[in-house]
Amino acid sequence: MSSSALPSASARTTGRSGPRRRGLPFSPWHLLLAPVAVLFAIPFVQMFLAALTPAEDLNRIPTPFIPSRLTFDGFAQLFGTSPVLLWLGNTVIVSVTAIVSHLVLCSLAGYGFARLRFRGRTLGFFGIVATIMIPIQVLMIPTYVLFSRIGLIDSLGAAIVPWLASAFGIFLMRQFFLSLPPELEEAGLIDGATRRQVFFRIVLPLAKPALATLAIFTLLGSWNDLVWPLIAINNDQAFTLQLGITSFQGTRRTQWSLLMAANVVATLPLIVFFLVAQKQFVQTMTFSGLKG
Amino acid sequence: MSAAPLSPAAGVGVDRRRSRRRRGLRLTLEGWAFVGPATVLVLGLSIFPAIWSFFLSLQRWDGFSEPEGVGLHNYAYALTDADLAAAVTHTVLYTALFVPSSVLLGLLLAVALNRRIRFIGLYRTAIFVPFVASAAATGILTTYLFSPQFGLLNNVLRRVGLPQQGWLEDPRQAMVVIAIMSLWGSAAFTTVIFLAALQDIPGELVEAARIDGATSRQAFWHVTVPQLAPVAVFATIWQVIQALQLFDLVYTTTRGGPLNATQTVVYYLWNAAFRQTEFGYGSAVAWTLFIVTMLITIGVVLYARRARIEAF
Repeated sequence: MSSSALPSASARTTGRSGPRRRGLPFSPWHLLLAPVAVLFAIPFVQMFLAALTPAEDLNRIPTPFIPSRLTFDGFAQLFGTSPVLLWLGNTVIVSVTAIVSHLVLCSLAGYGFARLRFRGRTLGFFGIVATIMIPIQVLMIPTYVLFSRIGLIDSLGAAIVPWLASAFGIFLMRQFFLSLPPELEEAGLIDGATRRQVFFRIVLPLAKPALATLAIFTLLGSWNDLVWPLIAINNDQAFTLQLGITSFQGTRRTQWSLLMAANVVATLPLIVFFLVAQKQFVQTMTFSGLKG
Repeated sequence: MSAAPLSPAAGVGVDRRRSRRRRGLRLTLEGWAFVGPATVLVLGLSIFPAIWSFFLSLQRWDGFSEPEGVGLHNYAYALTDADLAAAVTHTVLYTALFVPSSVLLGLLLAVALNRRIRFIGLYRTAIFVPFVASAAATGILTTYLFSPQFGLLNNVLRRVGLPQQGWLEDPRQAMVVIAIMSLWGSAAFTTVIFLAALQDIPGELVEAARIDGATSRQAFWHVTVPQLAPVAVFATIWQVIQALQLFDLVYTTTRGGPLNATQTVVYYLWNAAFRQTEFGYGSAVAWTLFIVTMLITIGVVLYARRARIEAF
């Protein structure tokens, strides 16, 4: 393997053009990457297969690797006998609200901390950065008590409020705005534009890459969140999708095609998003280790 | 958090100073109009509960009856709690399984993926996609793949004539299974940050080493690896923090079983707080975990400094 342990600059540039890539000699790295890629693909492949596998297959020994026939019974049962569409709607509401709110509030705050000079700025920003280190375990008990006092517990609001803004989002946007050259904004201000106009007309259109990163971060986090909804919501009308499919593990634990159909409903939207915007997802991952 | 009041006018009210003050007030209001909403939300939902949580940790309280101040009793009890000690052991076991393998796997995959060969896009996609899988989805998949009766793994073992395993139902294997599936979902993260670091290394550095007569292996270990050290430190710290807080995947697979073998600190804490409604004790465990995590982080950073690795 060591013979090509390092990509030389020339290999990088010549590989870039499509047709010439075929001319490259066989790389020993395929021997590592191909099996690893297959291993990584297996769980999702199994998820789709299992959602279409008839129940009787699981009782056969040995279980067939390929379903004996494909059936949509799991999906039919899922949509016919469970409030999964309601849960999907709840999750969409939570995620859309979270993304819109994050984009608006965090970009405003990030810009303020990056560019404006005002009293309390340093203290405020220091407070924001300090909270990044506080783990959710320290927050969940008082937040639960607080939310139950103001009547948010067991409602969708309980899942939404913690996702309206985040320290990470503010930090990310501030770093981005700091990297922009200030001359454009100064020109705008000299021409008589207000700060607000400069922000919305000049700065924000330049911030699309950072906004995309923030949107993906918020989507992944809010869509997949489990521990907080688990604590805050016990009413199955206000369940998020993640909470709903987790509840199936208790009530429908033997109905595998239904469970996997639910898993497909919860995961497929994100898989599709990932395939469409892989570059932006990778960018988001580099900025954050949000998976918990 | 509030718009800081301007300092009471010191000295005489010269016109120029007054107008400067007015300008200062306007800038302060403008600044807080930008940062206020997000700052109030973030601080209000973190600093304030964190402080409240500390006071809760000094009480015995079930959320309904009158709270009773008990001083440091909850912390003292945590030190002697055998169940918590067992949960710490399980968490340390998971951390020892997960962190080194996730950092090394990330490094290996990043080096492998950092080249232009056929199918590279396909390989990257296959390895990165699992990042979007939620804990709930991963938990259900784990239960299915590792089912002793019909799961793929035992199915393969059976066909090649190897003994069947209990996997999640075997107290000695359950944590290993959870670590493997965590790795599946999070290898993308370590891989991506190593990949970004690799692409930041100027090609001339490696070329220069090769011209000086280094083999590609020597160039890798003596030029590339030292450049990756800061990222390795960062990834290690990050993954340790994640590992110490393991909860979701335990909840969606074993619920702490079998025989409490996968009961982690956070699972224990969640159970104490939200099943037994011991809010005071739960808060004390949470604060202890927070402080231990901070100490470990500081320790790793100091160690890295001494080894002259600029991680932050």
